[in-house]
Amino acid sequence: MLRAALPLLWLPLAGAGTTEEPTREPGSPGEPPPGLALFRWQWHEVEAPYLVALWILVASLAKIVFHLSRKVTSLVPESCLLILLGLVLGGIVLAVAKKAEYQLEPGTFFLFLLPPIVLDSGYFMPSRLFFDNLGAILTYAVVGTLWNTFTTGTALWGLQQAGLVAPRVQAGLLDFLLFGSLISAVDPVAVLAVFEEVHVNETLFIIVFGESLLNDAVTVVLYKVCNSFVEMGSANVQATDYLKGVASLFVVSLGGAAVGLVFAFLLALTTRFTKRVRIIEPLLVFLLAYAAYLTAEMASLSAILAVTVCGLGCKKYVEANISHKSRTAVKYTMKTLASCAETIIFMLLGISAVDSSKWAWDSGLVLGTLFFILFFRALGVVMQTWVLNQFRLVPLDKIDQVVMSYGGLRGAVAFALVILLDRTKVPAKDYFVATTIVVVFFTVIVQGLTIKPLVKWLKVKRSEHYKPTLNQELHEHTFDHILAAVEDVVGHHGYHYWRDRWEQFDKKYLSQLLMRRSAYRIRDQIWDVYYRLNIRDAISFVDQGGHVLSSTRLTLPSMPSRNSVAETSVTNLLRESGSGACLDLQVIDTVRSGRDREDAVMHHLLCGGLYKPRRRGALRCAQAHVSSPPPQPVQRRSYPGRVGRGTWQSTCPQKPPRLYPWTCRQAGTRVSHPWRAWHPRPVPRPPL
Amino acid sequence: MGASHSASEEVRELVGKTGFSSDQIEQLHRRFKQLSGDQPTIRKENFNNVPDLELNPIRSKIIRAFFDNRWALLAPLMVGGFVLGGGILPWNLRKGPSGLADEINFEDFLTIMSYFRPIDIAMDEEQVQLCRKEKLRFLFHMYDSDSDGRITLEEYRNVVEELLSGNPHIEKESARSIADGAMMEAASVCVGQMEPDQVYEGITFDDFLKIWQGIDIETKMHVRFLNMETIALCH
Repeated sequence: MLRAALPLLWLPLAGAGTTEEPTREPGSPGEPPPGLALFRWQWHEVEAPYLVALWILVASLAKIVFHLSRKVTSLVPESCLLILLGLVLGGIVLAVAKKAEYQLEPGTFFLFLLPPIVLDSGYFMPSRLFFDNLGAILTYAVVGTLWNTFTTGTALWGLQQAGLVAPRVQAGLLDFLLFGSLISAVDPVAVLAVFEEVHVNETLFIIVFGESLLNDAVTVVLYKVCNSFVEMGSANVQATDYLKGVASLFVVSLGGAAVGLVFAFLLALTTRFTKRVRIIEPLLVFLLAYAAYLTAEMASLSAILAVTVCGLGCKKYVEANISHKSRTAVKYTMKTLASCAETIIFMLLGISAVDSSKWAWDSGLVLGTLFFILFFRALGVVMQTWVLNQFRLVPLDKIDQVVMSYGGLRGAVAFALVILLDRTKVPAKDYFVATTIVVVFFTVIVQGLTIKPLVKWLKVKRSEHYKPTLNQELHEHTFDHILAAVEDVVGHHGYHYWRDRWEQFDKKYLSQLLMRRSAYRIRDQIWDVYYRLNIRDAISFVDQGGHVLSSTRLTLPSMPSRNSVAETSVTNLLRESGSGACLDLQVIDTVRSGRDREDAVMHHLLCGGLYKPRRRGALRCAQAHVSSPPPQPVQRRSYPGRVGRGTWQSTCPQKPPRLYPWTCRQAGTRVSHPWRAWHPRPVPRPPL
Repeated sequence: MGASHSASEEVRELVGKTGFSSDQIEQLHRRFKQLSGDQPTIRKENFNNVPDLELNPIRSKIIRAFFDNRWALLAPLMVGGFVLGGGILPWNLRKGPSGLADEINFEDFLTIMSYFRPIDIAMDEEQVQLCRKEKLRFLFHMYDSDSDGRITLEEYRNVVEELLSGNPHIEKESARSIADGAMMEAASVCVGQMEPDQVYEGITFDDFLKIWQGIDIETKMHVRFLNMETIALCH
């Protein structure tokens, strides 16, 4: 439907308001112009964009309606509901217009609907986890897809030879292999849609999801190769063509990754210089990532791989370079676009199924395909896992394997690919379409519905509700260093060694080139976590109006407590009296600087501590800390973007915070002033 | 390690004690000889021959851990198949002086390495817990440099400073405040609400375990000892 839009967009939209040119009216020429028209109906001029907007609106309204009922959404994944809605809508349209109007067009799908989803996944992919499991992911993506294709195709062909598939399905071995190639790829959209609601542990999720992204290269190659073979006719295929097919696998995947890397580099480099033009930062991110997709698509390389690599590669530098507002803008826009695209895809899938002129039913083929894809996937997973477990640090157990095989969902990519087949070259296309529709519906509806109870029944390890803690970050780094050291001592260049090497290289060359100078100096993961926690506590603190519900008090042994009691009693008094006044003039100062948009100053403010004492008194080693407010309720570790820097307007709390003396052990001085959040002294952050 | 009777007995004993296979022990022995320059013991100076270790920010602590006397006795706990009665042997059981040894022999070297062996799938729940505890104990002892059983604020600060020492732009005060913050976090996890004049001495081992509860360290504290080839040292 969007292809029809293009010519329409050229029409002058000025027609909407032409009251001053009555001669433009499409009346018969020669008639006297009818008077001034106050109102006209210009449907055909806005038809295309209006329809697009309307569909998106319907999809969003549907989502709202679904979420009204908690019970339904906890049982049924959203994708199911959307597909069913699509079926209903398609039925309505069919009944009214007597023909199927709206379909999932492959062009629209590949150019507009798929990129946002892939970009979103690539950008928010947890890179550490991804690279830790890269071996497994690659194995499943490449070997697994190849295995699935060949076994499914051959089995279906065998089925036909055995006569279980009606002879009106005219397909040879190559046709079945072609069909196998498009039906065996695990689909990222479907996996995301279903797994997001299931919350399995992150290793499992990343393996299945990573597989669905990376197998695109294999699918593209297999599809194209088989398609060309079918077009050439099976008699003309020579040995060199097979070799070329294998070579093209490497070309497509590595080429796609290379394109992604180039664009990631460009993106990181460009964002380094956008300090004065902050407003275009989100635009840059989207444009360059989309350009990566289109470039790869143009060169017949794997576009999904390109975008994934681009997102993975650029994220670290881009996040360091762009401003806080841009970061938020990028994050939410990506999520919105991706969610919107996903909704439309599922709805259109439902609608497209209704058009029976496009498909033809054959029970043998359908049932056979369903059985084979499930069976061969399970078999493939078991075999590969057995091999992988010899090399993995943490082996994948049986339950993981069950979830992995069951979670191999097929989706819209398969459907789009089957629609793209040429009916003249592949006479059995209609049967394939019907089978694909059934398979996609089955996986999304049946498997989507049952995977949650299955996961619960098998007691799969669920994702922990992950609260980032400072301690953990510290310990993780310590572990990394210890392991790298052990590997060095043992003389074994293992995983940790290489990761360490990469980090050194990154620190020395890449980060210096791609990151803004100010960001580069302070970039450190421990510092980032600390900073984020600081902000989180600050925000929650203020949100609570300074009334902290459960807090810890901390003292370390020091001077006799009598003094500390005396000290705190003054402040206690002030606190207890509920004095609304800002006890701390520093806060007022910082309010002023808080309005400053510059990140550096804001950072300085927060580093300087929220509530600094005015009178230092005998402060030599001021180590007072504000008690930390209760930890935030769980953020599910769905890869949150940075909460980060910036536009936090500091406000005076209504009630002064509860404060507890924490005395510095060695220095022997004790608390003078408890009003600190985390930081005893300001860290002078260099202005940009 | 030739074919002589006593040597292979030694190997068997080591296999039993540390859980490495005899191939791995041979390879590690070769590496040991490389590091020590064919001497029977390794001293701290020998670690300077490992060039890549220079870049490691916490190398001093790690090297110290090798020479710590506390480890020798805990090795049997790490071996799959051995369950030592549910309790943890007190680590000061050894009669010798606690603190640092000057040199370590091959057996001690192997013992330390055995802490980094992957946890065997064949082990049952209790053994897994035991192994996990020992790995965490290793970490704890690394932090606790004065061996008093508590990680104090000073020691924690020391660790954080070292960790951040690689980045010249982060000042010492920031490192200290990070350590302070981490300490507070630990206190809030371990102790919860405290009275106004209650004093928080430092993180004990039990507190440490509490911090790590529920977090999976199997992936984090492992080195694959299979298929090692000793890389030549560049002198």
